[in-house]
Amino acid sequence: MEIFMEYLKTFLIGGLFCLIGQLLIDFTKLTPARILVSYVVAGVIMGAIGWYEPITDFAGAGATVPLTGFGYLLSKGVKQAVMEKGLLGAFTGGLEASAGGITAAVIAGLIVALLFKRGDKTKQM
Amino acid sequence: MKLTEKEYSYLTKKISPDTKYYKTLPTAFIIGGLICCIGQAIGDLYKYLGINETDTGTLTSITLVFLSAFLTGAGIYGRIAKSAGAGTLVPITGFANAVVSPALEFKTEGYILGVGAKIFIIAGPVIVYGLAASVIYGVILYITQLF
Repeated sequence: MEIFMEYLKTFLIGGLFCLIGQLLIDFTKLTPARILVSYVVAGVIMGAIGWYEPITDFAGAGATVPLTGFGYLLSKGVKQAVMEKGLLGAFTGGLEASAGGITAAVIAGLIVALLFKRGDKTKQM
Repeated sequence: MKLTEKEYSYLTKKISPDTKYYKTLPTAFIIGGLICCIGQAIGDLYKYLGINETDTGTLTSITLVFLSAFLTGAGIYGRIAKSAGAGTLVPITGFANAVVSPALEFKTEGYILGVGAKIFIIAGPVIVYGLAASVIYGVILYITQLF
């Protein structure tokens, strides 16, 4: 039962982040690229003022999988690095914390471009 | 054909079907929620294998990114995204799709300025503004620590 509640919270909060994104697509002229940028910046800001950590505590992957979670990760990395190294940390903390995800995306992009043929036209971007 | 901005937006509006929000909103919610649950399950698996919390988070992101990349390459992610909208855009899988999709599409322009450059067409702005925001936060944090 406990595990069911945990996944329910993940589902609801993760769904909510996507619902907000869909509202932006349907009712504003924001392009997908602008929405992604807004989500990351919003995540950094919410992380900075301490709003995002409670959401990740509550919803787990429901908060870390949406791109706001990527922004939160940047702010968390910067915070930790500034505490350890001072001003230098402002420049190193963000990429250090997000290195895995960014490198994975670039390498995955490269591998897929090498392996697959451009056939399917149903693309999102 | 020369068009003013108004005429152009009118024409695109005429061609693109009306978004029916009573369909798009629930679909985005459900698909997005499900993707997050898949992420949670992957994370639980890594935790079960005894990996610490920070690494679990990173590994989960990497796994989701690779899953999404191969689904994009196979043309499956795009097909889901057609009806899921923000449900497949907002999760980190959508970020991966935005990296992989142009890389594949611009393969015809070569590996350097095609694949290599277009990989960052969406990821670039996301990283630029994400980093900018985080550096601003870091500098503010550093200054407030001084007092």
